[in-house]
Amino acid sequence: MTDLPASGIHGHPHRRIDGRAKVLGTATYAFEQDVDAATYLYPLQATIARGRVRRIDTSAAEALDGVVAVLTHLNAPRLADTDDKEYAVCQSDEVAFRGQFIGAVVAETQEVARHAASLVSVEYDEQPHQVVLPDDDKGLDDPDEVNAGYPSDTAQGDVGAALADAERLVDETYSTPMEHNNPMEPHTSVAIWSAGSGDGDASLLLYDSTQGVHSVRRTLAPVLGLKPERIRVVSPYVGGGFGSKGLPHAHNVLVALAAQLTGGRPVKFALTRQQMFTLVGYRTPTIQRIRLAADGDGRLTGICHDVIEQTSRIKEFAEQTATATRMMYAAPNRRTSHRLARLDVPIPSWMRAPGEAPGMAGLEMAMDELAERCSLDPIELRVRNEPDIDPDSGKRWSGRHLVECFRTGAERFGWADRGEPGARRDGDWLVGLGVASSTYPAFTMRGSTAEIAYVDGRYVVRIGASDIGTGTWTTLSQIAAEALGVEVEGVRLELGDTDLPMATVEGGSSGMASWGSTVVAAVDAFRDRHGKDPEEGATARAETPEHADRKKYATHSFGAIFAEAAVHADTGEVRVRRMLGVFDVGRIVNPPTARSQLVGGMIFGLSMALFEHSVMDARTGHVVNHDFAEYHIPVNADIADLDAIWLDHEDTNANSLGAKGIGEIGTVGSPAAVANAVYNASGVRIRDLPITPDKLIAQSGSTKTGSPQSGHM
Amino acid sequence: MKPFDYQRATTPDGAVALVSDRPGAVYLAGGTNLVDHLRLGIVGPDLLVDVNRLPLDEVGATEDGGLRIGANVRNSDLAAHPAIRRDYPMLAQALLAGASGQIRNAATTAGNLLQRTRCVYFQDVTTPCNKRDPGSGCTAIGGYTRYHAILGASEHCIAVHPSDMAVAMVALDATVAVLGRNGERSIPVEELHRLPGDHPERDTVLEHGDLITAVVLPPPLGAGWRCTYRKVRDRASYAFALVSVAAAIRVEDGRVADSRISLGGVAHKPWRAVKAEDALRGAVVGDESFAAAAGAELAAASPVEGNEFKVPMARRTIVSVLRELAGQSGESR
Ligand SMILES: Cc1cc2nc3c(=O)[nH]c(=O)nc-3n(C[C@H](O)[C@H](O)[C@H](O)COP(=O)(O)OP(=O)(O)OC[C@H]3O[C@@H](n4cnc5c(N)ncnc54)[C@H](O)[C@@H]3O)c2cc1C
Ligand code: SF4
Repeated sequence: MTDLPASGIHGHPHRRIDGRAKVLGTATYAFEQDVDAATYLYPLQATIARGRVRRIDTSAAEALDGVVAVLTHLNAPRLADTDDKEYAVCQSDEVAFRGQFIGAVVAETQEVARHAASLVSVEYDEQPHQVVLPDDDKGLDDPDEVNAGYPSDTAQGDVGAALADAERLVDETYSTPMEHNNPMEPHTSVAIWSAGSGDGDASLLLYDSTQGVHSVRRTLAPVLGLKPERIRVVSPYVGGGFGSKGLPHAHNVLVALAAQLTGGRPVKFALTRQQMFTLVGYRTPTIQRIRLAADGDGRLTGICHDVIEQTSRIKEFAEQTATATRMMYAAPNRRTSHRLARLDVPIPSWMRAPGEAPGMAGLEMAMDELAERCSLDPIELRVRNEPDIDPDSGKRWSGRHLVECFRTGAERFGWADRGEPGARRDGDWLVGLGVASSTYPAFTMRGSTAEIAYVDGRYVVRIGASDIGTGTWTTLSQIAAEALGVEVEGVRLELGDTDLPMATVEGGSSGMASWGSTVVAAVDAFRDRHGKDPEEGATARAETPEHADRKKYATHSFGAIFAEAAVHADTGEVRVRRMLGVFDVGRIVNPPTARSQLVGGMIFGLSMALFEHSVMDARTGHVVNHDFAEYHIPVNADIADLDAIWLDHEDTNANSLGAKGIGEIGTVGSPAAVANAVYNASGVRIRDLPITPDKLIAQSGSTKTGSPQSGHM
Repeated sequence: MKPFDYQRATTPDGAVALVSDRPGAVYLAGGTNLVDHLRLGIVGPDLLVDVNRLPLDEVGATEDGGLRIGANVRNSDLAAHPAIRRDYPMLAQALLAGASGQIRNAATTAGNLLQRTRCVYFQDVTTPCNKRDPGSGCTAIGGYTRYHAILGASEHCIAVHPSDMAVAMVALDATVAVLGRNGERSIPVEELHRLPGDHPERDTVLEHGDLITAVVLPPPLGAGWRCTYRKVRDRASYAFALVSVAAAIRVEDGRVADSRISLGGVAHKPWRAVKAEDALRGAVVGDESFAAAAGAELAAASPVEGNEFKVPMARRTIVSVLRELAGQSGESR
């Protein structure tokens, strides 16, 4: 194969190829596509959590000037496949969660559509509902497997005995709340339906905001009863996804149904922020009981991680919360389990580092508690429990340099200055340091194809991949250019269109490893066939190469996250003053975009530690704080001194490119690093995220005023 | 959103006439609150009377040495005004603690006073709310109450008024100048907002058609006073107050000679802490008397399930602020 690009592990910094168009506003996102005679959709949503639509009166909406069509379960075109209930939109009178689509208005303008929707009156037959995750696993389901194909439960050795005999023990329950992805650009879909001659030759053109045009096509084709070739999905620019655009959601089906009622006119649909809290997935709340048994030296003898989480009654999504615990530390006796409550709630889905993010939040807080109980430095505790091989699979690591991450970070961050909990004070603020491990699987997904063509003296690289703002436009161009031995300007990348060759979804931090190695393989094929001096129009294709060695190894990224938190001694407010992530993520293709992925991931984790919480109202069944004024994510003022660096270890055992994926690992260790820093600052341990001032005040004694003399709150 | 007419008022009297004559008419200022409400269907006016071109955008001295702030002065401009920064720093701090830079650039003084509660059920037309739909019930009670009242609430509504600016204005004894059908009148800011009682749909004592033309500040507190505005919130900026405290004190010979304290985030109106002020008068400076003063005010607190934390939080914040103003904060103590 082609030698690794000359730039090696560090990569050449390259400005974002799409940056100029985005800054100038000429990059056309899905909703901005210039289509003729557009109409606009506003959805009708159920206002009960469970039951049936008894009566729906659309007459006032239909009578309104400018209304093109009103869709309900009574007149919606039939879908070909309704097995997946998420996509069985408007096919019956059933309501499975509050906010579910029960229809839509299509009108000449967005305002008319929204007003008309408010004129539709609906009567329901309500049924009792259950929307709150129980904290007891009795009667909960044991899923067959959890997300990404992992087993639900694992067991090794005798955990019971290890816990009973432990010299040092942590037995605590940690919880993380429901959280919503909230990319900046809302989920948006523009559908143009061509009826054709009526005999199965209808077709659909969808401009969509998605992490994978091909996955949208493949998923929707059977639902709509169209052959995949009859659907084209186009998505050149995407304003973030964080997993919520990894698969199509109900809105794609709704807009495709509505587009069958407009006589071929395009239908545009952008969800409101509020609607995004119901219809495009979220992170399940988790309740995690974690038990760690250790000997007097802090060597783990038993690890037990039992998780309760939720899914929707109509579709199963079982988050893999405890899977990182299976491979993280050495211990002879280990057990993990996932139990699932099926509730009358919206359907959970992928949210940046599903599984690892909440699971490692729990595990790494527990490790901090164990370090204290063993009177060990938290880093030393982790060093003592560093496994030589993957304890779960028994395989060798493709590369694991976690200890080096800690050592490098400790030096840079000034870890040695860390004091006892509650010991350091700066004016009214208590200040502390915390640390946590981070990890994420290094996936390479097979099944992509790339094509190289030589056109007008440039190499055109075609692959139906996506760039959700992560930098793929730039990094794939760089990889192609380096493999071809030309400047980046000599390459023209095409992506985000199902007319381009098949590509896997932008998920699991696998994009660069999967598409990058596919592009390199296509370059190899091209050079093999056409040499260094190709003729105009020469083309070649290749699929994702098999990496024979990969199966021999356990392939993961690692990182150490450091945080400095300040807690106001009187008010309990928390501010993160500094954070540093040191990562072992293999080869870095483009340092600026890589840094922004890692730092962005850390901000995501900080947000999980301190802010994010979708508040589910048990009575109504909806998330009540469903906008950006009430659902908090960090603002600039919350992000002070934040940095991410990486080690020099390319990992060609993991894949031929040596790059392990950087999209999610920044998020994974950050919540615990912040939580542990809050504990070190205040002496108050909050095990229920997010850590908000009210919880700190309550734990520090609810009636006292802040005592100014002691360090503690 | 429901269709509506739009007219631009050119004189204050003309504006009052336009709105007074039409029950479904409302004033439009910066629109940062009202336009959201139009979209969400919380209100459905049939006429918007735009007051942005009215000549109400000056800050000028009054005869007695105070300041008159035009109703249309933007929150950003007011916070940056030299006289405000010099003589009423507590007000500048409160303004800057509110919303975001972009919103403050658009938000007006009158609009800020008359912004409506952020109660999540009020803002969601699919849930019953006595303030939005009198008699329908209060969904907040028994629900998400983290941002709700601990003082002065009723069984019909437990919402809070969300403004930061207004809390400082109440502590400063400001008044609003109102132009109505029957001419001008003046109302202390403290009396502008109501407690919910049986009529939570009425936020203020204003009548339909009343136009706020200005806020008038009395002369500055002067020498010997120290003041501040402290807002407690989850994130560092762009979040509504869990609790906020506007306070000014004057210390003489180790005792509190005089004080002004008002609280935000705790009631249906900016809450003037008269009982705390009384308790402080003549008290020896120190945590003990500060806590006693806070306790005196909060004795009447009646939190609901989910916002009990606000009582200790308010107490701690009052003490913290007074300690700071008395120069006893942080490492110095
Ligand atoms: C995301 C977000 C966060 C925010 N955070 C904060 C915060 O932390 N602290 C805070 O204090 N505020 C906050 N705000 C609220 C903001 O301060 C108000 O929206 C703003 O002050 C309203 O001013 P406006 O001029 O835009 O009013 P408009 O929206 O135009 O009007 C508001 C109301 O006042 C009436 N009105 C306007 N002018 C007059 C007049 N002259 N006479 C009579 N009636 C009049 C209108 O009819 C309307 O009912 C936030 C707002 C948003 C959207
Ligand atoms: S607290 Fe007031 S505003 Fe909120 S739901 Fe109850 S009545 Fe409505």
